Amino acid sequence: MTDKSKVRIFDIVNSTENEILENWLKLQISSTALRMDLLSERELRQQSAEFLSLFKEATSTGNWDINDSGWSRVLEFLDSISRSRAIRGFTPTETATFIFSLKQSLFTTLQKTSKNGTADLIQDLCDITLLIDSLGLFTTEVYLKSKEEIIVRQQTEMIELSTPVVQLWNGILALPLIGTLDSARTQVVMESLLSRIVETGSNIAIIDITGVPTVDTLVAQHLLKTVAAARLMGADCVISGIRPQIAQTIVHLGVDLSEVTTKATMADAFKHALNLTGAIVKKKQ
Amino acid sequence: MTILKNDMRYIRNSDDIVLIRQVVREWALMIQFSLVDQTKIVTASSELARNAVEYGGGGVLYLQIVSDGIRKGLKLIFEDKGPGIADIGLALKDGYTTGEGMGLGLGGARRLVNEFNIESSVGQGTKITIIRWK
Repeated sequence: MTDKSKVRIFDIVNSTENEILENWLKLQISSTALRMDLLSERELRQQSAEFLSLFKEATSTGNWDINDSGWSRVLEFLDSISRSRAIRGFTPTETATFIFSLKQSLFTTLQKTSKNGTADLIQDLCDITLLIDSLGLFTTEVYLKSKEEIIVRQQTEMIELSTPVVQLWNGILALPLIGTLDSARTQVVMESLLSRIVETGSNIAIIDITGVPTVDTLVAQHLLKTVAAARLMGADCVISGIRPQIAQTIVHLGVDLSEVTTKATMADAFKHALNLTGAIVKKKQ
Repeated sequence: MTILKNDMRYIRNSDDIVLIRQVVREWALMIQFSLVDQTKIVTASSELARNAVEYGGGGVLYLQIVSDGIRKGLKLIFEDKGPGIADIGLALKDGYTTGEGMGLGLGGARRLVNEFNIESSVGQGTKITIIRWK
């Protein structure tokens, strides 16, 4: 990239800023990738004008590496645009089109104003392509990052939501486990179970594993630890929801669950728990 | 033994273990394993994948659907470039562990499959091959 071409491009952007902006807006509006339902024309005009003025400012420094400090304001602005578009429900293409359509508008203007022949024009186009492409990639990166942040937040929410401890009867708690039981989740499960035992003064807790697809040694170990902790607090645990295939697998693995009361279904476990508390379920006469 | 289909997956962290279980279950369904057989091979692969992450520093799983002419089977090869196992006999013993687990994973995995082979040399890594026939 030659300095001459940088100066030339800056001059053109500087002198024909309005023309470039109008062209760019027209391209964005006519593009199928623009979501007019999610973004108003006024907002788009405002965003485009602000970006173009920041862009002009950054190109004036003569340094075209977007990681350079002269570009930090451009990147900050792009960052906020990409994030807001990701949240509003734009696709990555729709988000990146904001930048890529500027390329076309710049090309048109360059073509019109170029007087110095083909070699210069090719050089300019080349430089602009490199620059706009790196900015476009930046928007995509920010877009993906903000999506990832949403996923992480949802994961945390899911962990908290997916471990409800419910009271079935006076002194009887139930904890239906669903999904993969890894160390992080077990920690949450154990904590909420123990605190509910204290709150409700329960002495029997039913841990139901119907919704746990795989019980390997780590899951078994987590279960045994939870049972042991509950026992220390004076509550007995019953593990229910052991399906035939899980029972066979546990036996082959060599995991010893004989210390724990286990039942095939939650109903059996509840009946057992009622029995222990001395309650009787009877039909009305 | 002919290979009818093969693929590979990386095992880098505990999130990958969940994906390994899913893909193994998918492959077990492909050759119509019964529910018990599915659960057995999925549990075995969960144990071996976790070992690869915890002791081998991550590894690779090669999945193969194989046939010996009469029956089909699922063959899984877990390979890591970790520190290796010094005493395989001891590692397979129930209740022995160098980590914090129950010490049942390796021995348990062997009991859950039809064929189990382990190659390991200290400093080179570990390769465990299991097959469950239909």
